[in-house]
Amino acid sequence: MEEKLTLFKNRKRFGIEKNIDIIFKNTSLVLSSFVAIILLGIILVVFFQSFESFARYGLKFLVTSEWNPVKDEYGAFTAIYGTFVTSFLSLLITIPLGVGTAIFITEDFVPKVFREIIGSFVELLAAIPSVVLGLWAIFVLEPFFRAFFFFLNNFFGWIPLFSTEPTGRNSFLAILILVVMLLPIVTSIARDSLNQVPKKLRNAAYGIGASRWKTIFSVILPAALSGIMAGVLLALGRAMGETMAVTMIIGNSNVFSWSLLSPGYTISSMLANQFGEADGSQVSSLFYAAFVLMTLSLVVNIFAQWLVKKFSLKY
Amino acid sequence: MIKNNKKKNIILSLDNVSISYGTFEAVRNVFCNFKKGNITSLIGPSGCGKSTVLRSLNRMNDLIPNCSLKGTVLFDGTNIYDKRVDPVEVRRRIGMVFQQPNPFPKSIYENIAFGARINGYVGDMDDLVERSLKKAALWSECKDKLNDSGYSLSGGQQQRLCIARTIAIEPEIILMDEPCSALDPISTLKIEETMHELKKNYTIIIVTHNMQQALRVSDMTAFFNAIEHKDGDGGKVGYLAEFGSTNKIFNSPKEKTTQEYISGKFG
Amino acid sequence: MNSLYYQKGLSRNIGDKFFTSLSVICALIAILPLIFLVTYILIKGGSQITLELFILEPNPPGDDLGAGGINPALLGTLIITTIASIIAIPIGVGGGIYLAEYSKGGAFSRFIRFGVNVLAAVPSIIAGIFIYALIVSTKILFGSMYSGLAGGMALSILMLPAVIKTTDEGLKLVPNELRYASLGIGASMYTTILKVTLPSAFRSIATGVVLGIARSAGETAPLIFTALFSYYYITGFGDLFYEMGSLAVLIYNFALEPYDAQNKLAWAASFILVLSILSVNIFSRILSALNEKTKRL
Repeated sequence: MEEKLTLFKNRKRFGIEKNIDIIFKNTSLVLSSFVAIILLGIILVVFFQSFESFARYGLKFLVTSEWNPVKDEYGAFTAIYGTFVTSFLSLLITIPLGVGTAIFITEDFVPKVFREIIGSFVELLAAIPSVVLGLWAIFVLEPFFRAFFFFLNNFFGWIPLFSTEPTGRNSFLAILILVVMLLPIVTSIARDSLNQVPKKLRNAAYGIGASRWKTIFSVILPAALSGIMAGVLLALGRAMGETMAVTMIIGNSNVFSWSLLSPGYTISSMLANQFGEADGSQVSSLFYAAFVLMTLSLVVNIFAQWLVKKFSLKY
Repeated sequence: MIKNNKKKNIILSLDNVSISYGTFEAVRNVFCNFKKGNITSLIGPSGCGKSTVLRSLNRMNDLIPNCSLKGTVLFDGTNIYDKRVDPVEVRRRIGMVFQQPNPFPKSIYENIAFGARINGYVGDMDDLVERSLKKAALWSECKDKLNDSGYSLSGGQQQRLCIARTIAIEPEIILMDEPCSALDPISTLKIEETMHELKKNYTIIIVTHNMQQALRVSDMTAFFNAIEHKDGDGGKVGYLAEFGSTNKIFNSPKEKTTQEYISGKFG
Repeated sequence: MNSLYYQKGLSRNIGDKFFTSLSVICALIAILPLIFLVTYILIKGGSQITLELFILEPNPPGDDLGAGGINPALLGTLIITTIASIIAIPIGVGGGIYLAEYSKGGAFSRFIRFGVNVLAAVPSIIAGIFIYALIVSTKILFGSMYSGLAGGMALSILMLPAVIKTTDEGLKLVPNELRYASLGIGASMYTTILKVTLPSAFRSIATGVVLGIARSAGETAPLIFTALFSYYYITGFGDLFYEMGSLAVLIYNFALEPYDAQNKLAWAASFILVLSILSVNIFSRILSALNEKTKRL
């Protein structure tokens, strides 16, 4: 015993080692709480900066579309409408595309190598910076779709969404570029949820003679629905907050129009466009709009997280 | 009691120990004394809490959330669950070998040196590595590849490496949690031989599912059993049904359940 | 008549064919943009790559001298991303260690994990105006307003959730047996983390962190009100406290210029940005695929 103690001089843990242990733990605790501090900081700063505008315009800010720094009149309806219209319509296009691609990747239509290549291609799409997509939209997408917009206006002009003559950058292009950005999110989450569906469910359906697509529609998709839904919500949050590509292609106009073929605004593009030159009560109004945007995207995100938690217990 | 323990050469004793996970009570009212230099087996059907008890002996249970212990575990005159006790120090004196071989993703040499360094070993490291590997009966098989990864060994060899790693810190007690359950019969036999060697210098407490193993290696055997909770919620709670010399437990047990268990009627 | 042979005309077989082709079309539409985009950028941007591009300052738009180069922006991106990494990596790794190693699934850690997800969902432009309100408009950094430092801070807010998450998840993948092995022979918790768990998780954490850095290198929205933009060479340490250009903001600014010369610079900058981000992504993919393979052996 005595010999052991002389050979192992740290058999008793010395104060210094104990202290390092405690310091290490507490440092990591403090570092992890930084997340909460930053999050709280963002919410508080945006809230208090928007206070002046909130006190002045109240909820009227949300439903009027007058935005006039000269007359000091502010209403963000155009931007709020634009945010909703671009994000929802882009999602409407993305969901079938993304889920369809996810089904293609998870079924065995083509050998696994090809499916994996397609899967990683789509995921790489998510790595391309938004600003580059904006550049591409300006110089490639817009000229490419110009004739199509005139066609829409000529033949479907009676629908309010297509009622104005196309003038270069517009909300429709913003929707298209959003589709490109959302596609990887929806596809990869849908693919993961489809992969998580237990094999025995599929076998059960095949076993009683269901065809492939009967199985997909009546067994696999319903089982993966909650995961797909959560992915869709995350994509919605992304779409509402997406800034650069949209700012570059939407045309940035505060004049309200129902039409997708005229320039528009989203809250984030308004912030990107005006924040640099704003002063006085315009800054506060922009913070007010930012607060609206933040609330929207947080609510959507929290709902998505709740959905994931609630339904992930099943498997 | 402490004096009493010293006289009887008792190194570790459980005094009315109950262990719970949250509100679920896993083991209840265990009294048990472990003798120095003995190999003691803990046997019993699954869910009887034998592993839980073993893990409580060097405070590995601290790492499981919500796990709490009532009663006292007396080691070297101290209740190791006393608030002033440093669990890390306890583990330096009571080492543990686990069910799955778990070498570090380092070389064979480093696997052994790691623990020794932590314990502030000041002697010759090469010498210690050689001695530990020899004691664990692994030296002849790996003396030429000490710098290979611990993972390059077979399962049985990995487990003996883990034993060597534990021996290297010269603990007073070695706890083994079903050390052979993941191994083939030949490796199992080798480890049992190793244990017989180790008995000369260490106290060993081993949880095993294999009654033949308990019979082969141990001096003392503790049989744990599980009964339904009194409140009838369907859950089971473990208790120490019988404790005595291995010979006695296997040949003339006092309790009927012990008899039934060792003759293979349940478990 | 009721044979087992495949019948083309059967409604379920027609339906199956129809939906199968539909999903093929979906997959095609999903990968087409990437192929178009990448080839276009590679051709259009790649053709602009010259030596001057890397060593010159950009000339002001409308200048007859030609566009110049993107040296300050390139350097600026490197500097701002480095600053962001210096802030986000220690905080993120430390926080991730707490979540994975110390927390026992209580209310606090659940709240922090929730917060990490929420912070990841905060629109990037909001991170920009947050730092604007906190640092730029208050001139709290030694009286400087727009600066590379402020830009780095804004970027670090976007980087932080990714770093925390990969650390947390990477550490959780380390089998508990390894932790027990270390603690079972009397190692302190911090030794166990530093010597055993972190090294085991190092590769997956490093991959995640590098991907996070690559991702934030292309972020623009947090920089336009914090680092702003600069046409001039970065010459010394002091330039951290002044406006600083970046590839992303250069693309934004010059894409909207009516001059062809500036547009070309934007394409060239896109080429460099996309090429580096894609190569980091592809490289990490190959690396993790190789990892999987070695694990199976």
